Amino acid sequence: MATTDAGLASDAHEQPGHGHSDHGHGDHDHPSYLAHHFDTPEQQFDSGKLGMWLFLVTEVLFFSGMFCAYAIFRAWRPEVFEGCSQFLNTKLGAINTGVLLFSSFTMAWGVRCAQKEQHKLLTVMLATTLSCATVFLGVKAIEYSHKWHLGLLPAGLFSYDPSNPHPVGGPNYLAYICAPFVAITIGVAIWLVVSFLRGAKFQLECAKPLLVVCLCFFVGVGLGTILESGGEEGHHEDDHAVVASTDGAAPEHGEAHSHADGDEHAEHEEPAAEAVASLPAAGAMSNDSADLAVLERLATDATNTGLQDELAARKAQSERSSGGILYDVSDDASATVASAPENVLRPSRAGVFFSIYYCMTGIHAIHILAGIGVLVWLLVRSIRMDFNRNYFGPVDYVGLYWHIVDMIWIYLFPLMYLIR
Amino acid sequence: MSAGSVPSGYEVNDPGYPTPQENYLTNSKGILSWAFTLDHKRIGMMYLIGVTSAFLLGGLLALGIRLHLFAPDGILFNNALFQWLAPDKAPNDIYNQVFTLHGAIMVFLFIIPSVPAALGNFLVPVMLGAKDVAFPRLNLSSFYLWVGGALFFVMALLASGLDTGWTFYTPYSTTTDSSVILATTGAFVLGFSSIFTGLNFIVTINTMRPPGMTWFRMPLFLWATYSTSIIQVLATPVLGITLLLLIAERTLHIGIFDPEYNGDPVTFQHFFWFYSHPAVYIMILPAFGIISELISVHSHKRIFGYRFIAYSSIAIALLSFIVWGHHMFTSGMSPITTIIFSALTFTVSVPSAIKVFNWVATMFKGSISLTTPMVYAIAFIFLFTIGGLTGLHLGTLATDMHLHDTYFVVAHFHYVMVGGTVVAFLGGVFHWWPKMVGKMYSEAGGLLSAALVFIGFNLTFLPQFILGSRGMPRRYATYDPEFAPLHQMSTYGALILGVGLFVALFVLLMSLYNGKKAPANPWGGATLEWNCTSPPPFYNFERPPVVGDPYEFGDIRWDTELDRYVKVEPQRERVPLETPAETPAHASE
Ligand code: HEM
Ligand SMILES: [Cu+2]
Repeated sequence: MATTDAGLASDAHEQPGHGHSDHGHGDHDHPSYLAHHFDTPEQQFDSGKLGMWLFLVTEVLFFSGMFCAYAIFRAWRPEVFEGCSQFLNTKLGAINTGVLLFSSFTMAWGVRCAQKEQHKLLTVMLATTLSCATVFLGVKAIEYSHKWHLGLLPAGLFSYDPSNPHPVGGPNYLAYICAPFVAITIGVAIWLVVSFLRGAKFQLECAKPLLVVCLCFFVGVGLGTILESGGEEGHHEDDHAVVASTDGAAPEHGEAHSHADGDEHAEHEEPAAEAVASLPAAGAMSNDSADLAVLERLATDATNTGLQDELAARKAQSERSSGGILYDVSDDASATVASAPENVLRPSRAGVFFSIYYCMTGIHAIHILAGIGVLVWLLVRSIRMDFNRNYFGPVDYVGLYWHIVDMIWIYLFPLMYLIR
Repeated sequence: MSAGSVPSGYEVNDPGYPTPQENYLTNSKGILSWAFTLDHKRIGMMYLIGVTSAFLLGGLLALGIRLHLFAPDGILFNNALFQWLAPDKAPNDIYNQVFTLHGAIMVFLFIIPSVPAALGNFLVPVMLGAKDVAFPRLNLSSFYLWVGGALFFVMALLASGLDTGWTFYTPYSTTTDSSVILATTGAFVLGFSSIFTGLNFIVTINTMRPPGMTWFRMPLFLWATYSTSIIQVLATPVLGITLLLLIAERTLHIGIFDPEYNGDPVTFQHFFWFYSHPAVYIMILPAFGIISELISVHSHKRIFGYRFIAYSSIAIALLSFIVWGHHMFTSGMSPITTIIFSALTFTVSVPSAIKVFNWVATMFKGSISLTTPMVYAIAFIFLFTIGGLTGLHLGTLATDMHLHDTYFVVAHFHYVMVGGTVVAFLGGVFHWWPKMVGKMYSEAGGLLSAALVFIGFNLTFLPQFILGSRGMPRRYATYDPEFAPLHQMSTYGALILGVGLFVALFVLLMSLYNGKKAPANPWGGATLEWNCTSPPPFYNFERPPVVGDPYEFGDIRWDTELDRYVKVEPQRERVPLETPAETPAHASE
């Protein structure tokens, strides 16, 4: 009985479970691309399409959780978001946006090609889409490694030091990120050579575009490096401290983390604190401080032990939470801000911005990686000429997925990079 | 012939015991043919075995909890055996871990997949008249995701346990050193399993309906599954991201939920309940579907208010998304928000009540056969009504201040989840068991199990309402001696409940050895699954089914001579069937 074999087979159209070995595929009018349990190709296509749309709904909802977190924390600490956004390089973000938009275009064109049975052009379109994806990742690698180097990390690991923004030494993050890509590129190159030597035509056809795709990652890295350092060059002199970001005198572009030394930095602290203090939001967190005053007055009565306990508990809580977004009710927050040389770069605050930044862009990047996976699968199938006017579903579905990934970035870019 | 007098021009159509050469259980053999099967019925059966094992594990933990609470200071985890097993753990810590894993396993591994994934997988395509679900491969991968999630939970159990409660509330879940990451990864993976199942069913019901199967000819179980699937698809991703952020919080300290890093734990609660309240309807909606089928078939009467039941499922699915705040009345929301959430909570009970009234009206003047499934269904109506009404106590702001986090809540959700879902699940398993395995179980044994479950369940959880309203907080390992009698009643009840469940399991398993062969239509049901043989063949129907009214029992009569149900149909000419291309070859042989 062929059942187990059929179940294991990766061929998308095989159906296991028939006890009748004589019941092959040839004995009825199902085309090879039509799965057995469907009656018509239309039914199969509609099912796939609806399934894909539903999957995209779940994707949107998945991200919506993070968009919610973004909204909540930005509402609480607008100055932190605006301040920290300066660390994101707008040029790189914009380039990536353009690259993704272009890839969406080539993807859509690819779907058209599949419908019109233009096999060659489909392969070209898919390869272009893939190349854009790797350029995107290359640029992202530069962005990430640069920030890690500076210590611009999620809240718990945040170690950016404005007085020493460019720590010497430290691990070479870029190398770590690139290592797997280098390995894959070498692998594909070897594959290409071997299949050339062995004269394996189909494999050669696959390896060629894939090598281009791999190399595009390094194009992205190169592009990122040039723009990143270019951005810094421009800033070497005008050393803006990011702490002053909220007063409108903020640096206009990219990497404002500049090379301020300790003294200069100190000069910037005062205006920064004022700026922060003048923001309504800075005090908004503790609007029940009036309640607290009442509580405090009542608690002076020695018999009110319950109240005293509660007050003590609240104070203890606000001490434990270092920045006190929620629990900092024991004293007037604007006073705190004015008296302490505070800035938006306090790790516990700035860190949250970077937490959200890494979560959102990181999970987006994972989606790009997944997209690359399925696109490679499509590429191979398109070289195999699997698709025709009656069967182009997979290209269509992957296209939808790719557009949604693109769309999410379209939202991320302004929300992260363009908010100052 | 005693199927009543057959009017002239009509004929008796006896589905009897048609034997296809192969059914889905026998058409291929070997463990691999199961492990790589794409047949929805086999996947359903594998789920059934899986969720039953999870139920056993969760049940053992529950017995542990109840035994420990037999005495005010606890008697189980502080006894010598446990001291010897886990010398470095305080009894109260063990208690915390046991109730947490009980809750997490029961919710994520058992109750959520129980009806939709196990029964649903088996039934949805058959009831619909389709050959399979739309995406058989995805279906198999959901099953393996379920297995993966289960493994993570087992790993968590074996590593350092879990003591956060099934709700994983921060900040405790970011500071405890039990295996939160393993468990949340497990729940994350299970979430995908659940999403894929829901997605598959939505697409199946939308695109795979055969000609004649209009939306309003669908059995109500399909409506219930459809609305469940909507929730699974729309709510579960939010749980996914929440758990992912929780994992990130523990590893990288991202400071979104953890106040230590300026995060906000209440945000976690909002995120969590945005999923988990709809999730309670993932648990109950398919149970509603089962009950609609059971009540109608075993009363041999058309379901009352078909459209109301169908629409109320959809209404519940949508409303369930806007009431999550009722779990957080005491966590410091603004008064106006609590009032809104409270009012919205009341609205959900309306469609639930509509269903209950419709079931009762269906039974009214029906010719009820008190079979095991029917007895379970009636038990469901009792228990769910109590559970639902006590939900209203909790949805009322003033009473919830007092009852929140007490045993009253515990009793409430056990009435809806065990008294509701589990009882309906058992009823459903008994009802469709003949179809699934082709054997009849012992009716006396089934009735005994139903009686024991009903008595045991009430004895376990009724006292908990009283305990809660007297102020016994939930999740405590010890209690004031004044609560002892009620706790002891509860423990006795749990033992009886446990025995009842084992009787049910035993009766079902015994039927495999000495059960009578099941006819195609043992209950006189009118939905499509009773048209195909028991057990069904690989592609469900020997020939494309004729889709009729799912609740028209007029033409289904009991034939005392044949001792089974027959269909009295207008005579029609029999043309030899040309084999449609899609049916398996043996249909024409
Ligand atoms: C009929 C309408 C229902 C209403 C009005 C309702 C209301 C409530 C309320 C207000 C709470 C919060 C109590 C508190 O923590 O103070 C609650 C808890 C709960 N309900 Fe319901 N409920 C209903 C139906 C259900 C159903 C059908 C299920 C599950 C099948 C369910 C499962 C739960 C669970 C699991 C909890 C406790 C969660 C926890 O804190 O661990 N409820 N319910
Ligand atoms: Cu709820």
